[in-house]
Amino acid sequence: MVEFALPANSRVQPGKVHKAAGAKRVKVFKIYRYDPDSGANPRLDSYEVDLDNCGPMVLDALLKIKNEIDSTLTFRRSCREGICGSCAMNIDGTNTLACLKPIEDIKGEAAVYPLPHMPVVKDLIPDLSLPYAQLASIKPWMQTQSPTPPDGERLQSPEEREKLDGLWECILCFCCQTSCPSYWWNGDRYLGPSVLLQAARWILDTRDEMTGERLDALEDPFKLYRCHTIMNCTKTCPKGLNPAKAIGAIKEKMIERRL
Amino acid sequence: MSTRNRPLSPHIQIYKMPFTAVLSITHRATGVALAVGTAVLAYWLASAAYGPDAYEQASRVLGSVVGRLVLFGWTAALFYHLCNGVRHLFWDMGKGYGIAEADKSGRIVVASAAVLTLLAWIIA
Repeated sequence: MVEFALPANSRVQPGKVHKAAGAKRVKVFKIYRYDPDSGANPRLDSYEVDLDNCGPMVLDALLKIKNEIDSTLTFRRSCREGICGSCAMNIDGTNTLACLKPIEDIKGEAAVYPLPHMPVVKDLIPDLSLPYAQLASIKPWMQTQSPTPPDGERLQSPEEREKLDGLWECILCFCCQTSCPSYWWNGDRYLGPSVLLQAARWILDTRDEMTGERLDALEDPFKLYRCHTIMNCTKTCPKGLNPAKAIGAIKEKMIERRL
Repeated sequence: MSTRNRPLSPHIQIYKMPFTAVLSITHRATGVALAVGTAVLAYWLASAAYGPDAYEQASRVLGSVVGRLVLFGWTAALFYHLCNGVRHLFWDMGKGYGIAEADKSGRIVVASAAVLTLLAWIIA
């Protein structure tokens, strides 16, 4: 349901200010903080970071803050090179991976929030149970009925394999999922861009033999058709993929099989 | 620890909406405006069926400054919704999903809607 305002327990309060003494090149990071043990509302803390003594990416700044200024700052991170998808968050008004976002691309103060419209576990960590359950619901694995060829694998031509380009590269960071206003308002019934891109990845795979069943499962006013081509997903994808196009491909398949 | 009281992270309050998203919500808004405008159109048609006096009055109401402003808004909404509807038809054919293409088609929609609206008012 469309609800523009945040619930009372979610409204963000002003927070603490951490100054950087003696720094010449200072960048202010305004970071969303929520401590589940305090019972208090979320707040926005300010951290001054000395850029002369910090790596180039937003993740470098977050690690510097955690190591040197405030060890209570909590966030997910792992690979620091845009392949694990852990450090997905809202930076400067757009969802992206903190490890791939250069600090110098941000003008003025850098606002850092968790992925939008998600329940917050702590600070920058959202509860991703819903998108994970939705991903499981589309059965993201190869389904076949014919027996496996006795002499080896199920083969594809280079042209058949090409259909999966732009789909297999998804790292499931959910930047697109949580950028979509349709998903904000109808996340309980609309599957969202990243899960639909995964669905397309299996629908378009020529080795998969359950295409009809997969389309049947999406033939629903909400699961697929809440996509209104707003394009926030494609604009925000840190891997340069195109979920809007993948959703369009599913819609095309739906029409094709009726003709 | 209770998981039910988890706060909801900020969304529309903090998200920088790209051009395509602004056009999308405008499409929705103009659709609603057109639905309301249909009632005005029905009032005008009904007045013509009712008789010369009623038609005269309706023409006066719609011909006033406020009435003309409403009609101008209605035509602008109509042409925007029409042009963006055509853009949606291209998407439905699987065309124009690239970021650069979608931005470009969006600018074309805004420009065509403006031109068509002005043309309609110059001709009418």
